[in-house]
Amino acid sequence: MDAVLITNVLAATVIAGTPLLLVALGELVCERSGVLNLGQEGMMLMGAVIGFMAAVTSGSLAIGVLAAVLGGIMMSMLFALMAVTLAANQYAAGLALTIFGVGLSSFVGSGYVGQAIDGFDKIAIPLLSDIPVLGQVLFTQDLLVYASLVIFVLVYCFLRYTRGGLILRAVGESPEAANANGLRVLQVRYLAVAFGGGMAGLAGAYLSLAYTPMWTENMTAGRGWIALALVVFATWKPERVLLGAYLFGAASILHLVLQGLGWQSSTELLAMMPYVVTILVLVLLSWNPTRTRLNTPLSIGQPYRPSK
Amino acid sequence: MLSLERRAVDSRAMQWASPLLALVLTIITGLFMFMALGKDPIEGLTFFFLIPLSDAQGWAELGLKMAPLLLCAAGLTICYRAKIWNIGAEGHFLMGSLWASAAALYLSDQTGFWVLPLVLLAGIIAGALWALLAGVLKTQFHCNEILTTIMLNYIALNLLLFAVHGPLKDPYGFGFPQSEMFAAAALLPKLIPDTRLHIGLLFALLAAVAVGVLFARTFIGFQLKVLGQDERAAAFAGFPAKRLTLLAFILAGGLAGLAGASEVTGPLGQLVPQVSPGYGYTAIIVVFLGRMQAGGIILAAALLALTFMGGEMLQIAMNMPKAITGLFQGLLLFYLLTCDAFIHYRIRFRRAPAASAGEA
Amino acid sequence: MATAERLRLENIVKEYPGCRANDGVHLTVQAGEIHALLGENGAGKSTLMKIIYGVIQPDAGTVTWNGRPLTLQGPAHARELGIGMVFQHFSLFETLTVAENIALSLPASQARDRSKLDARIREVSEHYGMELDPRRFVNTLSIGERQRVEIVRCLIQDSSLLILDEPTSVLTPQEVQVLFRTLRQLSKEGCSILFISHKLQEVRDLCHRATVLRQGKVTGACNPGEITTNDIARMMVGDETPLSTQVDPCEPGALLLQANNLNYQSRDPFGTSLQAISMSLRAGEIVGIAGVAGNGQDELLRALSGEAKVNKDSLQFNGLSIGDTGPAVRRGLGVAVVPEERLGRGAVPAMSLVDNSLLTASGQGLTSRGWVSLGKVRDYASRVVEQFGVRTASIDSAATSLSGGNLQKFIIGREALQQPKLLVASHPTWGVDVGSAVAIHEALVKLRDEGAAVLLISEDLDELFQLCGRMGAICAGKLSPLVPTSELTIEKLGQWMAGDFPATATATTTETNHAVA
Repeated sequence: MDAVLITNVLAATVIAGTPLLLVALGELVCERSGVLNLGQEGMMLMGAVIGFMAAVTSGSLAIGVLAAVLGGIMMSMLFALMAVTLAANQYAAGLALTIFGVGLSSFVGSGYVGQAIDGFDKIAIPLLSDIPVLGQVLFTQDLLVYASLVIFVLVYCFLRYTRGGLILRAVGESPEAANANGLRVLQVRYLAVAFGGGMAGLAGAYLSLAYTPMWTENMTAGRGWIALALVVFATWKPERVLLGAYLFGAASILHLVLQGLGWQSSTELLAMMPYVVTILVLVLLSWNPTRTRLNTPLSIGQPYRPSK
Repeated sequence: MLSLERRAVDSRAMQWASPLLALVLTIITGLFMFMALGKDPIEGLTFFFLIPLSDAQGWAELGLKMAPLLLCAAGLTICYRAKIWNIGAEGHFLMGSLWASAAALYLSDQTGFWVLPLVLLAGIIAGALWALLAGVLKTQFHCNEILTTIMLNYIALNLLLFAVHGPLKDPYGFGFPQSEMFAAAALLPKLIPDTRLHIGLLFALLAAVAVGVLFARTFIGFQLKVLGQDERAAAFAGFPAKRLTLLAFILAGGLAGLAGASEVTGPLGQLVPQVSPGYGYTAIIVVFLGRMQAGGIILAAALLALTFMGGEMLQIAMNMPKAITGLFQGLLLFYLLTCDAFIHYRIRFRRAPAASAGEA
Repeated sequence: MATAERLRLENIVKEYPGCRANDGVHLTVQAGEIHALLGENGAGKSTLMKIIYGVIQPDAGTVTWNGRPLTLQGPAHARELGIGMVFQHFSLFETLTVAENIALSLPASQARDRSKLDARIREVSEHYGMELDPRRFVNTLSIGERQRVEIVRCLIQDSSLLILDEPTSVLTPQEVQVLFRTLRQLSKEGCSILFISHKLQEVRDLCHRATVLRQGKVTGACNPGEITTNDIARMMVGDETPLSTQVDPCEPGALLLQANNLNYQSRDPFGTSLQAISMSLRAGEIVGIAGVAGNGQDELLRALSGEAKVNKDSLQFNGLSIGDTGPAVRRGLGVAVVPEERLGRGAVPAMSLVDNSLLTASGQGLTSRGWVSLGKVRDYASRVVEQFGVRTASIDSAATSLSGGNLQKFIIGREALQQPKLLVASHPTWGVDVGSAVAIHEALVKLRDEGAAVLLISEDLDELFQLCGRMGAICAGKLSPLVPTSELTIEKLGQWMAGDFPATATATTTETNHAVA
C-alpha cells in the first residue's frame, strides 16, 4: 500500500462520490421542506441525456450543463404538480417520475448511444495542487467537482444561518403551523423540489460529461436510490451528506482498491458492494428509532391539503 | 382563475373513471409523440394496441406476459393496502428464477411429476425469504422498506448475473451467459397447446382472486387494511403489526418468486440474464391502475402486458427504440395520479377577490 | 371608558359542503374590551376566528377594522393590522427556539437583528409577568410556557386585538389566574381581547361582554357579569337539551384493578415517563384523574390499554398480572378503552361504522376461524347506533361523516356493548356538543351502576366533580392520592394538578386519608 495508490484511491473516491453528493444535497433540501421525491433516478438520467445531447449538438460543455440542470428542474416540476399542488401520494408520484424518466431518457437518447465527447478536464488549482496527496485529491479535479464543494458550503450556510433556511425548516416540520404563521407553504415546497431537480440534473450531467463522457441507458446504476438512503442516514445534515457521499464513492470503486492490492474477484459480486454497504449503514443508523424521530422533518411524505 | 377545491365526499364516479381517463390521455400523448418523431400516429397506435392482438397467438402472448405481472401485482397489493411500500417485486422475481433454475439444474436427471412442483417451490421460497429479509429489516431495525427493497433488487440482479456467468453457466453454451436448458420434467405444462401460454396464467388468476377474498372476507385482510389506513387504530385494537408486516412481505415475495420460477420453467426453459424486462416494477403500476382491487389488477395486468407487446411491435415494425414501453407505462402512472386527484378535488372558476368582501 | 369600535363583523356567512358554519354573524368589539365568544363545540367559533385572522375568506358579510372596511389577505396582513391570534393547538415549531419562532412571524426587516429581538422578547415578556428565555427550544417548554410564547409573539407585534382560542383548557387553576391578570392589564392599556371559551364561570369572571353562537347563528349578546351561568348556557344550547346529568352515589364493590408502583419509560423524546403509579379501582365506582395535558395521561392510558407494555406484576386485573399483555388480551379479560383521539385511533376515519365495530368488538363472536361474519358485524353496529342515539345517515357511513359528539357516542357504545368490567375513558367529552356530552355521561354512570369500574381521565374539572366518587391528579408522570370527591375543592385539585400533593404509600386495599394541607 504505497502513497501513490492511496492518493489515487482518494482522488477516485472524490470523483465517484461527487454525483452522489450533488443529488443528495438537492434531495436534502427537498426533504427538509417535507416533500419526499423518489424520482431521483429519472431526473438524473434526464439530466445526463439532455446534457449530453446539448453538449454534442452545441459543442459547448457549459451549454450541456445548463441544459441538464434545466431538464432536471422541469422533470421535478411534473412531480411538484402532483405531489404538492394535487397532494397526491408522494411515493407513487416519485416512482412515476423514475419510471417515466428512465423510459424517456432511453427513448430520447437512443440515437446518441456510443457517441464520444471530450468531457471536462481536470483543472489544477495553482499552488494548492502541489500539496502532497491533498493536492491531487482535492485541488486537481474538474470544474464540476469544485462546484459540488461550493454548493455544499452554500447549502450548509443557507440552512443554518439564513431566514430562508429557517422558513424551509419550519415548513418541513409543520405545514399547518407554517400556514397559520403566514408562510407560503406551497411556494416554499415548489422551490425546494425545483432545487432538488436542478441538482439531480447537474449530477446527471456530471455522469455523462465528466465521469464517463458518453451516454448509455441507465447509466446512473441506482445512484439516485443510494442518494435517498444517504439523506436518511445523514439525518438531514449537509455535513454528514458530504461524508456519506464519499463513503459510498469509496464503496463503488472497491474493485480498484482490490486490484491495486492484487486481489481477484468476480465483477458482479464486487458490483454489489455499494448496495450492500447501503443496507448495512441503514441498519446501523435506523436501529434506534428515537434518534431518527428526533431529526426527521416531521411532515415528510405526508401530502398537505390547505383548508380554504 | 382556476382553483382546486376539496370535495365534501370523494367522487365515486371519478374513482372508476380515473384509470380510463388516464389511458385516454396517455393515448393522446402517444399520438403527439409519434407525430413529433415524424411517424404516422394512427399507424403507431395500431401497431401498439391492435396488431399484437390480431390473432390467437397474440392473445396467447398476452396471457403469457400477463401472468408474471399479475402474480407480482397480487403480492404487491397485499403490501400496498397495508401501506407497506415494497418496491422489491423485481428482486423477489429474480431470486425466484435463480433458485428455481438451480433446483431444475440440480434435478436435471430426474423425471417424475414431483420435479416441477419442487422446482416451483424452490422459487417461491427463495422469493419469500428475500422479501422476508426486507421485512425483518423493517420490523426489527426500523429500516425504510423502499430503500432496502430497492437495494435488494440490485443485489439480486447481481447475484443472478454472477450465477449465469459462473456456477450455473452452460458448459456447452459457447461461453454465452446462460444456463443449460431444463429437462422436460421441470417445464411448466402448456395451457393452450401450440402456443407459449402455460399454466402460470392460472396461478396468477387464482392469486388475484385469493387476494380479493383475503381483503373482503377474512379478519387478517381486515387487520391489514386497518394497518394501512390507521397505524394507531391498529395498535389500539391490538393487531399484531409486526407479524402482519412480515406476513405481507412473505406473501408478496412468494408470489413474485413463483412468477420468476414460472418464467424460467415456462417460456424460457433456461436461466438468462434478461429474465425480466422489468416485470417487478411494472407490477407496481398494475397495482395502482387496478385500484388495489382483485378485478382491477387483472384488467390492468392485461393492459400493461399489452404495452410490452406493443413496444416490441413498434421496435420491429417501425424501428422505434424499445424504451417506448417504459415511456408509455410511466406516462400512464403520471396521468393516473393526476386524474386521481380529481377524486378528492374539483376545479372551480373563481373571480379574483374584489376590494370589499364580495357578494355571494 | 373608550367607546371607539375596534372590530365590527356584520352578516358574516361561511358555507362548507354540507353545513353553514357561520350564518349571518354580527360581532362588535370595543377598544380595550374583553369580549367573550361563547358556544358549544361545532357552533362556528373556530370558523369565525379563522375569518377574523385571515386564514379563510367569508362567503359574504363585511369586516370593519377601526372604522374602515377591509378584506384580509391572509395571516400576515392581519398581523400587520395588529390582530394577533393565540391558537388552541399551538402553531409553534418545536425544533426551533423561542426567538426563531417569533422571528418567523415578524417581517424580515424586524427579525434581522437577532440580539435586538432577544432583548425585546425578554422586555415584553417580563412587563406582562410571563418571563421567557428566547434561547430555549420550544420542545423543552411546558404547555403553559408555550402559551406564553404565543402571547408574547402577538404582543411584540403591537397587537391591538388579541384573539385567544380556549386558552385555559391547558392551564391549572393557578395559571389561569396569572393569565387573567395579564389580560386585564392589556385591556387597561387599550388592547381589545376576544376570548373564546365554553367555560362559563371564567367568562363571567373576566369578560365585559359576550356574544353567543349556536349552530352558526348569534343567539344572544350580553354582559356576562349580570346574568347567571344557566342563562348563558340556555343561550348556547337552546331550551330542549338537558344541561347536566343527575348522578346518584353508588357503593363500590370488589377490587378490580390494582396498579403497583407502575413505571413506564416513554420512548417518545417529548413524552412523559410514569413514575411509581399506584392505585386501585373497584367495581361500581367512577374514579377521576385530573391533569393538564402533557403530564402523562396519554402514557397512563397506553399502559392501561396494553398499547404500552409495563412490568407484568405492576398491573393486576382481577388478580391476574397483565402488565405485559397487549390490547387484544386485555379486551378479552374485560378491559375497554376509549382513547382521546376519536379519529385516528379510536376509529379509522375512512372506514364505515360497520368496519369500525369490528375494530375492537371482534371478540364478540363477529369472526369465525379467521372469516368475518359480515351479518353479525352489521347487527352489532346497528345495535350500537340504536342504543346510544348515534345520529348518522347509515351504518355504512364513514366515521369522518359523523359529528364529534355522535362519533364519540358510537365509540363509547361500541365498548359498552361488550359489557366490560373496566372502562378507561380519556377526555371523552372533549370537543363534543352538550347534548352528546350528557348522553355520554349517562352511559358512563349506567356502566357504573351495572357493576363496572370506570376510570375517567379528563381536563374538564366540572365533569370530574360531577361524575366521580373519588378523584386525584396526575402531574409530571406522578399520581396523587385518589380521595373521595367530597374532600376536594377546585383550589386543592388545582394545586395537585401543579404537582403539589403528598406522595402515595404503595397502595394496599384502601386509600389512606391524608391530612388536608
